[in-house]
Amino acid sequence: MNIIKVGMADLNVASSPNRIRTTGLGSCVGVTLYDAVVKIGGMAHVMLPSSSLGKGEINYAKYADTAIPKLIEGMIKLGANPRRLIAKMAGGSQMFAFSSSSDIMRIGPRNVEACKEALHKENIRIVVEDTGGNWGRTIEIDCTTGLLQVRTVNQGVKEM
Amino acid sequence: MKMFRFGEMQFDVLKEVGNIGAGNAATALSKLISKEIDMLVPLVKIVGFDDIAEFVGGAENVVVSVYLRIIGDVPGNMFFIMSIESAKSLIKQMMGIEPSEHGFSEMEISALSEIGNILIGSYLTSLADFTNLNMQPSVPSLAIDMAGAILSFGLIEMGQLGDYALAIDTVFLEDKELVEGHFFLLPDPESLEKVFSALGVPVE
Repeated sequence: MNIIKVGMADLNVASSPNRIRTTGLGSCVGVTLYDAVVKIGGMAHVMLPSSSLGKGEINYAKYADTAIPKLIEGMIKLGANPRRLIAKMAGGSQMFAFSSSSDIMRIGPRNVEACKEALHKENIRIVVEDTGGNWGRTIEIDCTTGLLQVRTVNQGVKEM
Repeated sequence: MKMFRFGEMQFDVLKEVGNIGAGNAATALSKLISKEIDMLVPLVKIVGFDDIAEFVGGAENVVVSVYLRIIGDVPGNMFFIMSIESAKSLIKQMMGIEPSEHGFSEMEISALSEIGNILIGSYLTSLADFTNLNMQPSVPSLAIDMAGAILSFGLIEMGQLGDYALAIDTVFLEDKELVEGHFFLLPDPESLEKVFSALGVPVE
């Protein structure tokens, strides 16, 4: 069993018995996709809601609207069927409390909304999510079971 | 990437920026706890998003951090980051009480926010004086959480341009590392040129 790491603004796919993990999600959102029949999983660490915010050369894994299609593509290559994919997501918190409601301060919730929209566009159902709040998360998906483990500093560990 | 194409001289200037800012903050802290504070030579680095948390022990390492946004001529983000142990030791020295064994009490949190506020405030004031640029701090905010989750918040602006950030990291130490704190200054991309031109440093 290997643990495959996903960095910030990065994505990766893997099959059973491996696990995929990303650490320190704050306002970023970790989106995971899973095909239970072939036991293939994928994870993207999304940092910004829309690639229209990008200037110059684009890193597809960074934006919700480009990361999710890219992730699906990678999973199909590995043998997953796009119609069987289900999504789980975590992150999108607001690490710092501000009275200001500027767009940057609201980046967490905006990332969550954008990921939902992108998944909806691909007809992928979100089965469970652990988003919002003001705390960081580390997540890990087990490609054998499809279970997503969410670890936090003060709220403990949960599997979903 | 255009914004990071600068040479030795520009790096030296940014190091000096870190020195001046943190030097003043260290003096403020030294007065606050009546102890001598040492400072390390600032690190000015262009880092990948994943590497920035390595400065403070990795993305999952739990840290105490005070964040504020710099508003004015040179917008950017500023963090003051300490380990849990350092924060406890600082509380002990400043307030003269034994810090809570687990977590932080409300009073301790408010003391830490205030320390962060004073330190970042003096950092920014000295920078503003030095460059003659207008730099206003936003209301500071404190978080105790994973370093990756905290610092990534400061990378959003940079993230719209590329996958790298320019970080000016200055470490200060009190009494042989009993208290270690990091200042991170993450200027927005367009701010760098303004700092350089304010200081008469040629850009390209």
